Amino acid sequence: MSQETPFKQTPSQTVGPYFAYGLTPEQYGYSHAAIADGIMVSGGTEGERIRVEGRVLDGAGDPVNDAMIELWQANAHGHYNHPEDAREDNLLDPEFSGFGRFGTGVDAENRFIFSTIKPGAAGDGQAPHIAVVVFMRGTLSHAYTRIYFSDEQDANGSDPVLNSVPQDRRQTLIARRDDTPGGPVYRFDIHMQGERETVFFDV
Amino acid sequence: MAETDQITPRDWSSHPPYNHPPYRSTELRAPTKPLIPISHTLSERTGPVYGHDGVGPLDHDLTRNGARNGEPLGERIVVTGRVLDDAGRPVPHTLIEVWQANAAGRYIHIVDQHPAPIDPNFFGAGRCVTDADGRYRFYSVKPGAYPWGNHPNAWRPNHIHFSLFGQSLSSRLVTQMYFPGDPLLDLDPIFLASPSEARNRLISEFSIDATEPEFALGYVFDIVLRGRAATPMEA
Ligand SMILES: [Fe+3]
Repeated sequence: MSQETPFKQTPSQTVGPYFAYGLTPEQYGYSHAAIADGIMVSGGTEGERIRVEGRVLDGAGDPVNDAMIELWQANAHGHYNHPEDAREDNLLDPEFSGFGRFGTGVDAENRFIFSTIKPGAAGDGQAPHIAVVVFMRGTLSHAYTRIYFSDEQDANGSDPVLNSVPQDRRQTLIARRDDTPGGPVYRFDIHMQGERETVFFDV
Repeated sequence: MAETDQITPRDWSSHPPYNHPPYRSTELRAPTKPLIPISHTLSERTGPVYGHDGVGPLDHDLTRNGARNGEPLGERIVVTGRVLDDAGRPVPHTLIEVWQANAAGRYIHIVDQHPAPIDPNFFGAGRCVTDADGRYRFYSVKPGAYPWGNHPNAWRPNHIHFSLFGQSLSSRLVTQMYFPGDPLLDLDPIFLASPSEARNRLISEFSIDATEPEFALGYVFDIVLRGRAATPMEA
């Protein structure tokens, strides 16, 4: 017989419209140090430099100007900077934490913009991907999604998570690579609703 | 009991739904299709780790970290509690970020247009890290209630916003802490969006033991995050 735990989860609440000076202060110009921002790389980070950008669109198709996007990803070797990733044959990159955070209220087009590296595959059959957490006024619980890469067709084809998604919705998880003079940009819009509603996971 | 490599599921009997019509902003922002279940891979079982190196010496003290030429106005409070997982184990050394309105109910945020005074000595954001027992503590002033445009004469109850990482991306939580006895709670669509049996977990408890004599009223707010799932051993 399992006993019901008395430790029930604390309910989620919306991040609200005023998170910026607490969670993304430097990006918004407040004099309070930020723990993370959209620049996830430093000079010594290993791997291919990429830009990940996009917008969060509401059910009317309007860009959301008070969303906060968090990215979490493996380094160029497919290794996560976390004790749970205890694989010895993978390399830790001391110049890459794997975490980024960006608010959509500063960019004129309400984009989120991350400078990061393309993650390596973690070696567990999954294609390279970035975990995404979406917060905004009007979402009472954050939403989880994933970014896959359009130039990884073969790996994407055998990815177990992508394959668990109905085929006609998989495209919503694939960022489109665009090779620009400034380097590769992956474009990834997050549609909260509508025909192209992004796949969100019950993580 | 053996631990699996999975994290306990998000308990939807505790969390609010995405679509909650009384909170009007959910209408165009709530996903409409069912969430797709995912078996936890390394991406979900790992997550950002932040410890003391990201925390400045005054970050836990909102009565001092925004002071320019004096102390902030308002009722000083100390907020303390434990961060636990849903098996009751402490979550040690995890970062907590907080932000709140000042005692008059005004945020420092540029978008806040509420015509209540800005307090030149109060910024309203801070952070701290739990200790080995999952305990945390920060100092502040009691935030004021503020009006918002959700419906006529809508006011948010006094609250402090909390953001936590826990041990993995799956345990990520953003929530709000409320104060006991606030008459606005029964009228607030954001608070009321949580299932009724879960709501009291959002309300801190006044504690004379946590109260610091001649200094600050004490409120205790324990937070329960998702943790490692345990499964009974099969025979
Ligand atoms: Fe608020």
